[in-house]
Amino acid sequence: MSDTLLVEPSAVSPTKRIVGELLRSREIAVGTVLVLVIAFTTIKSPSFLFSDNGWRDLLLTPSLLLLLAVGQTAVIITRNVDLSVGSTLGLTAYFTGKLFVDHPGLPIIAVFVAGLLMGALLGLVNGVLVAFFRVPSLVITLGTLYIYRGIFLSWAGSSRINPSDLPHGFLDLGTKQILTIPVLTIIGLVALGLTGYYLYTARGGRELYAIGSDPDAAVLYGLPVTRRVIGAFVLCGALAGLAGVVYTARYGTVSSNAGYGMELQAVGAAVIGGVAIFGGSGTVWGAAIGAFLLVTINRALPVVGISDFWQRAVVGALIIAAVVLDRVLSARQERRLIAARDETREPSA
Amino acid sequence: MPGTAPEAAPSWALELRDVAKSFGAVVALRSGSLAVAPGSIHALVGENGAGKSTLVKIVAGVHRRDSGVVRLHGNDVDFGSTAESKSAGVAVIYQEPTLFPDLSVTENIFMGRQPVGRSRRIDRAAMYAEATGLFQRLGVAIDPRRPARGLSIADQQIIEIAKAISLDASVLVMDEPTAALSGVEVDRLFAVARSLRDEGRALVFISHRFDEVFALCDTVTVMRDGEYVSTDAVAETSVEQIVSRMVGREVAELFPKTPAEIGDVVLDVAGLSSTGTFHDISFNVRAGEIVGLAGLVGAGRSEIARAVFGVDGYDAGTVHLGGVAVPPQKPRAAIKAGMAFVPEDRRKQGLVTESSVARNVAGVIRGRLTHAGLLTSADENRAAGPWAGRLEVKTSALDMTATTMSGGNQQKVVLAKWLSTEPQLLIIDEPTRGIDVGTKAEVHRLLSDLAGEGLAILMISSELPEVLGMADRVIVVCEGRITAELSRADATPETVMHAATASVSHAVPASTQEVTA
Repeated sequence: MSDTLLVEPSAVSPTKRIVGELLRSREIAVGTVLVLVIAFTTIKSPSFLFSDNGWRDLLLTPSLLLLLAVGQTAVIITRNVDLSVGSTLGLTAYFTGKLFVDHPGLPIIAVFVAGLLMGALLGLVNGVLVAFFRVPSLVITLGTLYIYRGIFLSWAGSSRINPSDLPHGFLDLGTKQILTIPVLTIIGLVALGLTGYYLYTARGGRELYAIGSDPDAAVLYGLPVTRRVIGAFVLCGALAGLAGVVYTARYGTVSSNAGYGMELQAVGAAVIGGVAIFGGSGTVWGAAIGAFLLVTINRALPVVGISDFWQRAVVGALIIAAVVLDRVLSARQERRLIAARDETREPSA
Repeated sequence: MPGTAPEAAPSWALELRDVAKSFGAVVALRSGSLAVAPGSIHALVGENGAGKSTLVKIVAGVHRRDSGVVRLHGNDVDFGSTAESKSAGVAVIYQEPTLFPDLSVTENIFMGRQPVGRSRRIDRAAMYAEATGLFQRLGVAIDPRRPARGLSIADQQIIEIAKAISLDASVLVMDEPTAALSGVEVDRLFAVARSLRDEGRALVFISHRFDEVFALCDTVTVMRDGEYVSTDAVAETSVEQIVSRMVGREVAELFPKTPAEIGDVVLDVAGLSSTGTFHDISFNVRAGEIVGLAGLVGAGRSEIARAVFGVDGYDAGTVHLGGVAVPPQKPRAAIKAGMAFVPEDRRKQGLVTESSVARNVAGVIRGRLTHAGLLTSADENRAAGPWAGRLEVKTSALDMTATTMSGGNQQKVVLAKWLSTEPQLLIIDEPTRGIDVGTKAEVHRLLSDLAGEGLAILMISSELPEVLGMADRVIVVCEGRITAELSRADATPETVMHAATASVSHAVPASTQEVTA
């Protein structure tokens, strides 16, 4: 080989590079907005953060959306979307209540596992339909959104789950805190941590990114595309199922509109958190912060006295701003990369 | 010998005998045979549509053969997926790089087989170290952490090669790896290919450039119309012999530019600048004249063309067509003024590959074909017919989709599309990239005829013989600046390459600045 190697060791030290990447990251940007929202609202109304209830609600309310957004991210990364998670949540929430009604002695942990499996099964149906029939996931999961909700409605009929149906130990989970952090939030954070760890460090996780980045190239690489896409849907369903159990524990009541419309919030949280809607990039950390931001803004706006209409408009504006920002940033990055290419070329001449 | 398959021997690294493959009614490969010895570089040549790419995809496991035998180190194999061929030690570099734009170049190289540490976690440090080692071996400066997005085609090709090398494959197939590379990059690739050969690996090299075949390869197999034609040692054959076997006829003249009457200035570009891309570009193109825009890949030629046509913006300068100013960043205005632009990447920028030939051809002029705002297939076919006929597009019907056609035919469809607008100026970027010898000559003859009819042509080409053979005048670009403008008489491989590699700081020698018009 040629003696003149052109590879120069990176001039930036690893610490500096990591700090630089962190500062430019979407997670930090969205996190900053979240902190500003909390700070501003707290100035207007100190109890928003500094009362016991305020602190608890700040952490507890987003726990449901956190689970859904994490699962949704795994699916969106593969250039798919799961619109059925709201219905999955509702169905599993009712299933959880029903388990306690029919089998009063059941251990709580068994109910969590059952909810998780139930959600995973519903996710498997989505995944198999999408992966084998090669129909866009938008259409498939729009269909299962109605089907799962329909199953829920015909199963529940006019009955609903009430707090009196549920054991105290289970309902206590809704209020219990460990080191002032609500247990249900801890469940969400653990799910977040495990998923994020998998997506970053496992071959399977990286392959999800590859599939979303270029599905055709993924096939040429010999990646197990079908298996991975099904896996992503199963994960998303399982987390939605877990969210269903969490829903029942948090509210104690499950009526037929449980989880209604939450699928779009989950997609919104992921997009705000920097997950590209066409797949291939974004992290669950970003999506999680996006979920916290979405829920917190919804709670903060009434506190600062903004009307219901504007609350929804703000969320919409946030989503659009996030997408436009993505577009601008990626265009800028592409220009920078091309400029860098020119620079490296010059000395080689 | 023509007509007979290579003799079987147990020592072949890769052996194909009478392999056939059809897609529906279309026979892509009639009877493909190839035998590659370990420690050799085997050239596979043939016109586009000869079945080379199909053969490669069967070896790679993308397609399953209908019949025939494929042996790897003497064992019969039948790959059902690319994962199977990979694990058997076959690496394939496809004609068009297939990378994941969102992921880092390192992840692109190791996807699916990343080095893992304890509990199957990916060991990123080891991965980056290995990638850096690969790039050092290839002699390229690519940051292993940067995303694949924004890489030039040449750099993407390097990533593909790094990927293949890291697989430690015993058989490496390269489908036109040099199509987008400049001279330096080709030399680098060849050095790597030779070192891989010396390690005892078997390489298959597909190329349309005969100088490369003769410089690099030991053996050459010719294919024609999906069939095996001949296998010869490179030392015992000649370009003429191979070309005649490929096309089944003698090619008299590869670049038949006939002198045409040069008329008035059609395109006048003055002081065009775009920060970071090109600077102070001034030139003109006259009616009946072919002006060649030469230079290395990445010199800014395509960017200049895109700016002239109005696809990209520019910071300063003017473009006049037939004396009328063409506004910047308005391709529609440029088309209306009489410009036509055949881009470099015809699959992505020149064609709606899922649409029919007729719809593609009629795409630009569809506004003129409508009746009360409605456009019918009959109108499209009527408009497309004469042009497709004139260009001898080899498709059975105009409603065939463009995606199933060979590169040469696709290029003709793009040309037909633009010629139907009856332009004054044709800008054509790499007119014969990835096109076989026979079709190449047809494209050249066509360009020559069009110039003869008074069309002004601005041709960008990386192939020096093409530029020298076709152009009445050669403008050489280096690092975004015009470094020479040469008349047909003055343009030699030496003068053009000298200007193409000239440093920006050097003043342009007065002798090469002579302009004939």
